Amino acid sequence: MTKKVYKFDYVLLLVFAVILICTLYPFLNVLAISLNDPVDTLRNINMIVPRQFTLNNYQYVFTDSALVSASIMSVLRTVIGTVASLFCTAMLGYALSRKDYMFHRILTVLFVITMYVSGGMIPEYLLIMRTLKLSNNFLVYILPGLIWVYNVILVRSYIDGLPFALQEAAKLDGANDMQIWYMVILPLCTPVLATVALYYAVGQWNSFMDTYLYAMDLPTLQFKLYEIMNQATMKMDVHGDMTNAATVVTPMSIRMAVTIVATVPIVVVYPFLQKYFISGMTLGSVKD
Amino acid sequence: MTKKAAHQTKKVPFFRRLAEQRWLLLMSMPFVVWLVIFKYVPLWGWTMAFQEVRPATFKIPFLERNFVGFNNFLEAFNDRLFAQTMINTLGISVLDIALGTFAAILFAVLLNEIYFMRFKKITQTISYLPHFVSWVIISSIAKNVLNDRGVIDSLFNTNFKLLSTDSAIAWFVIVFVSIWKECGWNAIIYLSSMAGIDPGLYEAASIDGANRAQRIWHITLPGIRATIIILLIMSIGGALNVGMERQMLMSNNIIENHTMVLSWFAYKRGIGKNNYGVGTAIGMFQSVIGIILLLAANKIASKVGEDRLI
Repeated sequence: MTKKVYKFDYVLLLVFAVILICTLYPFLNVLAISLNDPVDTLRNINMIVPRQFTLNNYQYVFTDSALVSASIMSVLRTVIGTVASLFCTAMLGYALSRKDYMFHRILTVLFVITMYVSGGMIPEYLLIMRTLKLSNNFLVYILPGLIWVYNVILVRSYIDGLPFALQEAAKLDGANDMQIWYMVILPLCTPVLATVALYYAVGQWNSFMDTYLYAMDLPTLQFKLYEIMNQATMKMDVHGDMTNAATVVTPMSIRMAVTIVATVPIVVVYPFLQKYFISGMTLGSVKD
Repeated sequence: MTKKAAHQTKKVPFFRRLAEQRWLLLMSMPFVVWLVIFKYVPLWGWTMAFQEVRPATFKIPFLERNFVGFNNFLEAFNDRLFAQTMINTLGISVLDIALGTFAAILFAVLLNEIYFMRFKKITQTISYLPHFVSWVIISSIAKNVLNDRGVIDSLFNTNFKLLSTDSAIAWFVIVFVSIWKECGWNAIIYLSSMAGIDPGLYEAASIDGANRAQRIWHITLPGIRATIIILLIMSIGGALNVGMERQMLMSNNIIENHTMVLSWFAYKRGIGKNNYGVGTAIGMFQSVIGIILLLAANKIASKVGEDRLI
């Protein structure tokens, strides 16, 4: 049955074209400013193609030692944090999926409760800063957010959907529970593990509050961007260059270049995000 | 067979079962330790709401500390910032729920009507890109657009003072930026619920002569009614938890009066002024109201005949 195309369909097309422009314009604007001459930018920031093309802003970002080390910190916490969290989530998810496990019920309840009630900011702050003394320690990026209960439930319900006979067969062959986990379950869980890994990775990369609260001495790219945004005075920075005359950079242009650098990884993994995040949304029902 | 097995496991003594399940214990107990430290110890921290807790009192053993009853709560409620903070929190929350839900539903309904499938797919893909971008980046981008002499000002060649007016305009700005960031993402759930509507209904309606608007009103919207109600109820449960990250990042000295929300207030009093008792009290107030709202909303949901949520 072929549908007729009405005039309304074209109106709709127009409406969504406007929505798309509104979504993309600010991003393109940032990209253009980051590639535009800083002094020219001060004249008028409204552009989607650079008026006076330059790579000086990026050159500054990639040679400024504070920004480079912040980028390294962001990458480190994302990689280490994601691997650690993924490992723990997969392991716990499997243990909780085993209905014959003697603490199956009580542990599930204990974990799920924490999705609804939490101590709040101040008790957590005192725990981390005073009791555990994790201030400005890299572990503060890994430990407090090690496990997201929601992700554990995702893994658990995925394993619930696998035939239990596989595990029984492995058991008959003499495998212990740990061996069943990494030889039978893990290989079958790749789709859900990819979803969970992306959740953790995006969370780690985008995280800002934990640096702000606990680890200002270990700044990440997000935190540096925040700092640049909040510079009290828009002072001009004259960046000496070995060969050329001094090049001028402004906080505005640097901020735009850093914004782009912090956004690019998200855009790069975006096709995967699309594929797995949506499936994560529909997987997330608690079955029991 | 399985019944017999179940019967047998019941008879196995406790310690024998522990030994048999040692691998499962090994695979879960370390995380229970983590859970207790990072999730349950902070809950115990709620006791601080009823004590005077400042850096100087940390050395005093728990029981010998100065218990002050509800004084911390009173101190918070009588704070000169509290009333405005409460108004801001509720204002942003109501706008978030009302405008955010409306925008997501409208977006989903219109997207569902697009005839050109390829265009529909591209639109949807682009629409949820901002969801994955952090609030720091979003605020950096949004400030370009909204600041004085920013993109909007220069497009219209005037000064709207969007981020430099000390009034409730700040709420709208924050909520509109949130909608810009999350609308496409929030529409996904409505779209997937629309996918479950029987296409036969639309065909029958067309044969009966229903036009497009009538089909949307009488088939699409009733089809996603349950989803809308459930999501609304869940958002009511989180009405006081509007977060502080986006407010803090979008704010500046001029509009701070109208971007101050409860979590941020707790931060300022608790961590900023080292008055941990009051900070905890504000956080606890927020949590308790949240739980009450959630339970009430859940009750209403079961009254109107929808599935209970918890």
